Amino acid sequence: MTEVALLQPVMRDDLVIPEAVVSARDVSLVFDAGGQRVTALSGVDLTIAAGAFVSLIGPSGCGKTTFLRAIADLERPSSGQLLVNGMTPAEARRRRAYGYVFQAPALYPWRNVARNVMLPLEIMGLPRAERRARAARYLGLVGLGDFARKFPWQLSGGMQQRVSIARALAFEPKLLLMDEPFGALDEITRDGLNLHLHELWRRTGMTVVFVTHSIPEAVFLSTRIVVMSARPGRVVEIIENDLPATRDLDLRETSAFLAVAHRVREALRAGHSYD
Amino acid sequence: MRGGRTSLAREGATLPLIAVILALIAVWYVGAVALNAPQAREQLAEGAGFRDLAAATWSMTRPVLPAPHQIAVELARSLFTHPITSPRSLVYHAWVTVSAALAGLGFALALGLLLAIGIVHVRLLDRSLMPWVIASQTVPVLAIAPMVVVVLGNLGITGLLPKAAIAGYLAFFPITVGMVKGLRAPDPLQLDLMRTYDARAMQVFSLLRFPASLGFLFPSLRIAVTLALVGAIVAELPTGAQAGLGARLLAGSYYGQTVQIWAALFMAAAMSMLGLAAVSLIETLAARRRGGRL
Repeated sequence: MTEVALLQPVMRDDLVIPEAVVSARDVSLVFDAGGQRVTALSGVDLTIAAGAFVSLIGPSGCGKTTFLRAIADLERPSSGQLLVNGMTPAEARRRRAYGYVFQAPALYPWRNVARNVMLPLEIMGLPRAERRARAARYLGLVGLGDFARKFPWQLSGGMQQRVSIARALAFEPKLLLMDEPFGALDEITRDGLNLHLHELWRRTGMTVVFVTHSIPEAVFLSTRIVVMSARPGRVVEIIENDLPATRDLDLRETSAFLAVAHRVREALRAGHSYD
Repeated sequence: MRGGRTSLAREGATLPLIAVILALIAVWYVGAVALNAPQAREQLAEGAGFRDLAAATWSMTRPVLPAPHQIAVELARSLFTHPITSPRSLVYHAWVTVSAALAGLGFALALGLLLAIGIVHVRLLDRSLMPWVIASQTVPVLAIAPMVVVVLGNLGITGLLPKAAIAGYLAFFPITVGMVKGLRAPDPLQLDLMRTYDARAMQVFSLLRFPASLGFLFPSLRIAVTLALVGAIVAELPTGAQAGLGARLLAGSYYGQTVQIWAALFMAAAMSMLGLAAVSLIETLAARRRGGRL
């Protein structure tokens, strides 16, 4: 599953541009926070190809979460053009183009684990048997097959977040948007989930847009790393990550890994230099 | 785990509870002597001792404060010696009031839910309706009840409905307030999640807002149950109703039948507790479907 193989040219406005899952052109987003205008995103240009694993990394307030939410049509850009699968984010959302994993698991505490995973399937009107089969499959995939009948509060934070990943995978979206999904977890759990997510992405070939604070996490998971800076939120640098496609945790000790991490750190520092 | 803790707490509370009840009964007997003594002395022969006085104060037909055992005897007599369909049976009167309270509670649930849905979903209603909901409760029910009964009576509506209306008038308030809070309980992420699924408004309500509100509904329902009963009893007072616990209270006070008044009071309290127990039962059943938590 290479990125290039999935790029298909399409005609638009007399231009031949590659079919991208997400394409942002000069996207800006201004919040009106109680009469005060806050520029969350300023002139963001970014193209995300099918099958890519793209991390957005940057300091707090750099707009990485806002950009992810804009892709999901949870925020509306003030100007510029943002397309998801060649459609407006709103159209893409209506076609259920993406699964979204939030910072917190956002499980519904009155539903057991399996019924939480089945929630999107219920809303989308899948037949009961199919819902059950998918819940079992995707809970198995995140290693929680034995916890289907537990309730969220009976699970650790890491397990809850895995349930929320299974829930996002359950309706089999081609695009997975993840907003610091492992931010609140301890290092060891986080390592385990990173490995898990990497294998999941390798196996399914879906496109992932992943927001993180962590340089090692971004380098370990991504094919491309988008470094952003704050005030206003903008893209500082896009780093192609040419580490081998199949990765394990030991990779993080290699000089190639550290070299990419170093580039990310330099880019983050450059973005910070003016304040 | 949770169940274990509550039953432990109950075991620990039994002894103090019994002690408090015994103390209350003792105080009551003393109070009965003190309050009934002036009246009892008139009937006693000169030189009667304290024992005779106490015995007399505890067995008067129209005491100022009847002794607990008198109320118990009256309760037993009016509950068990007549068929429950007879107007002399307290069960009959209790049912007349409770049925009105239940109808009022149903009315309050429907109205409260409807108002809460409107207030949560329509910003204009939030601004315009909520102040009226609150203002409605600043008017004393004793002022409203006669008007409602008289107006509805003129329209030919008598019996259960006017009483249910007054019961509902009191009970809809806690349900509205609780449900507004409950329907707003989902956090932003839980709501965003629904948006990412492109869920319809009905689905957001039935799959998220309503289930999230149940934890708020039951405490409101507890208050509503007792208010509905109070409303139904108060509604029986202004019209001199022939049946119901309120009618018994009124008749008792007309004829100085204090024992009858107290028996009706105890019956009302028992009905209230029955209602609360029913709410708790439904709550437990609802919680069980959610793994023990609401």
